[in-house]
Amino acid sequence: MISMIQYSDITSLIHQTLSASLSPVATQITEIILSALLAFIVMIVCVIIMVYMERKVAGFMQMRLGPNRVGPFGTFQVFADVLKLLLKESFTPNSADKFMFNLAPCIVLMVTLMALAPISWGPGLVMWDSNIGILFITAITSLSVIGILMAGWSSNNKYSLLGAMRSGAQIVSYELSAGLAIVTAVILSGTISSVGMVESQADGWWILKGHIPAMIAFLTYVISSTAECNRAPFDLAEAESELTAGYHTEYSGMKFGIFYLNEYINMGVVSIVASTLFLGGWMPLHLPFNNEYIQLFNHLMDFIPSWIWLFGKMFMIIFFMMWFRWTLPRLRIDQLLKLEWKYLLPINICNLILATAISIFGWHL
Amino acid sequence: MENIENLNNEQLMTEEFVINIGPQHPATHGVLRVEVTLDGETVKDILPHLGYIHRGIEKMSEHMGYKQSIYLTSRMDYLSAHINNHACSLLIEKACGIEVPERAKAIRLIMDELQRLTSHQLWWGSCAMDIGAVTPFFVGFRDRERILDLFEANTGNRLTMNYIVPGGVMRDVLPNFVSDVRDVIDEVKSNFKDYTKLITGNFIFRHRTQGVGYLTKESAISLGCTGPVARASGVQCDIRKLYPYDGYDKLDFKEITDPGCDSWARYFVRMEEMKQSIHIIEQLLENFPEGESRTKLKGVLRVPAGEYYQRVETARGELGVFMVSDGSTKPYRLKYRTPCFSNLGAVTAIGKGLKIADLMATMATIDLIVPDIDR
Repeated sequence: MISMIQYSDITSLIHQTLSASLSPVATQITEIILSALLAFIVMIVCVIIMVYMERKVAGFMQMRLGPNRVGPFGTFQVFADVLKLLLKESFTPNSADKFMFNLAPCIVLMVTLMALAPISWGPGLVMWDSNIGILFITAITSLSVIGILMAGWSSNNKYSLLGAMRSGAQIVSYELSAGLAIVTAVILSGTISSVGMVESQADGWWILKGHIPAMIAFLTYVISSTAECNRAPFDLAEAESELTAGYHTEYSGMKFGIFYLNEYINMGVVSIVASTLFLGGWMPLHLPFNNEYIQLFNHLMDFIPSWIWLFGKMFMIIFFMMWFRWTLPRLRIDQLLKLEWKYLLPINICNLILATAISIFGWHL
Repeated sequence: MENIENLNNEQLMTEEFVINIGPQHPATHGVLRVEVTLDGETVKDILPHLGYIHRGIEKMSEHMGYKQSIYLTSRMDYLSAHINNHACSLLIEKACGIEVPERAKAIRLIMDELQRLTSHQLWWGSCAMDIGAVTPFFVGFRDRERILDLFEANTGNRLTMNYIVPGGVMRDVLPNFVSDVRDVIDEVKSNFKDYTKLITGNFIFRHRTQGVGYLTKESAISLGCTGPVARASGVQCDIRKLYPYDGYDKLDFKEITDPGCDSWARYFVRMEEMKQSIHIIEQLLENFPEGESRTKLKGVLRVPAGEYYQRVETARGELGVFMVSDGSTKPYRLKYRTPCFSNLGAVTAIGKGLKIADLMATMATIDLIVPDIDR
């Protein structure tokens, strides 16, 4: 951590420059807008990489080449697709509730983007250093179900309605085990601030320090966040072979594009949260042992920039999610709920007790 | 505001609703429309609507010569084109008393079994896709592609081959046919492990199919189901065993039946059938006869007046061809008893009470080919 770049120098420099010429309120507003824009741009770039990566991963798993025509190695395929979506007509069905129909994609996207606010991007680089950051993320991500239900209901389409209802049941249920997995990490670290969470892992990631409960919590978090993102094998809300496209059947053009974008941003958010909680966020790999060589190793790890650590972890988790998607068949709705209520939730509750015990007796490393 | 617990069903307006699955829907694999009454996620009633791809093949055949009408049958069950052609050829040979050379018989059986393999490979992929896994579709297609290349080299076509004709086959196979088939078969055999890894051994897939879509032996018989669907309910109905044709009786192979009756049993039967098909092909390749591949026939056939019936085992079940001849150059009446038409009845019988996702899984394991239903 010592040798890493401290972004707080840069941010305070910007703050000083702005406040020199603007009033305090204007400074605040400018900073909010700037940081929001920056986070949005970072996420859009990540989404572009993710979409390209998904296609290449899928191609690799399916013995295909994936996109390879537009640009070098098909890298411009994503831009071509976005251009296509922009040029297509954004159709609103006649029988749809037009206001809700158009509002739904905005709500879904807005909610996902709001979850980015308390994330710690690097040393001293955080948009909103809140002391309830993790709590805010759990609260805000569960709101996305409202947007999906709105989309399904207002479309006035039976497939959409079925998809939205499935999604409602699914997200509300999986919110529980995701929440409990987060609570496990919170108990271990003793903080619900995302900055504090990352800093508590300076001497080792929670998945290493918290051994058994942290690993179980990490696995359940990845499973339940895959379900929350409506990704296969939990893609029941859009279940292509059953409900054509589920809740966004009636959406076309860029309105569909926003749902698509949201899916990927959501993936990015949950992977960043997972890495913040268990894999140390932007924190380099530090092994929690007092050994000469290990200290040297820990020191060497500091030379890798923090953004490589954060995005490396994020894309690793995303790769796992893609791996799930392109190998596993889809669950049925009752199996999905059974998995949550009969297996994940009890396991998580036991795990929580275990984590509490470990935390009280100081059995973690 | 009233307490929600005091409201009855009428005030809450819970009601069943009807959705049309198809004619354009990813799960129907063609233009089949299934009207499904749903109570939430549970299927209450199923009503299949046919006729979207009816082309009147039977009626058209009445205006065509005996040799010509065979080509229409490739378009019925397009994944069993060889076997459909085979059925018609056998019928005409039986009616006219035509002898077929041994080599032609062997080629026909090899082509039939290869066709069965391609059909089951495609089914395997699309079945997995209906259950939500996309990757198996490409694995299935990879293996199918090799066999289709073989068809293309030997028959000139990949989908509607029109290769088996009355009196033998259209033209002799390529000189390196035997070694080519051996290569393909070896590849398909070694690729079976992918099938096991991806789907057969998959926990989710097993849970989605085991104990789902129960078709009892009695209802399978009463609905007239044939092929893997009936055999998975424990009905012995393999035409290759019961009414052998073109030398199936001289070959050693097992009729796969399974008393499971569920989607998993149907899956299992098809997977085992693929292995049996490979076994049959290997036996045929061992002593592949030399000689003529086609008996010379007159340009225009005249079938003696009478009624004729011939059945074969396609990849989906029993294909029966019934022909009435008045002694002219065209059939007086031609009727196909296609397997998918009868198997469609099983969807209605199985589907009631299932979840909608299971209905798709069941339809996938019944393996419907819509042009075969409508003809």
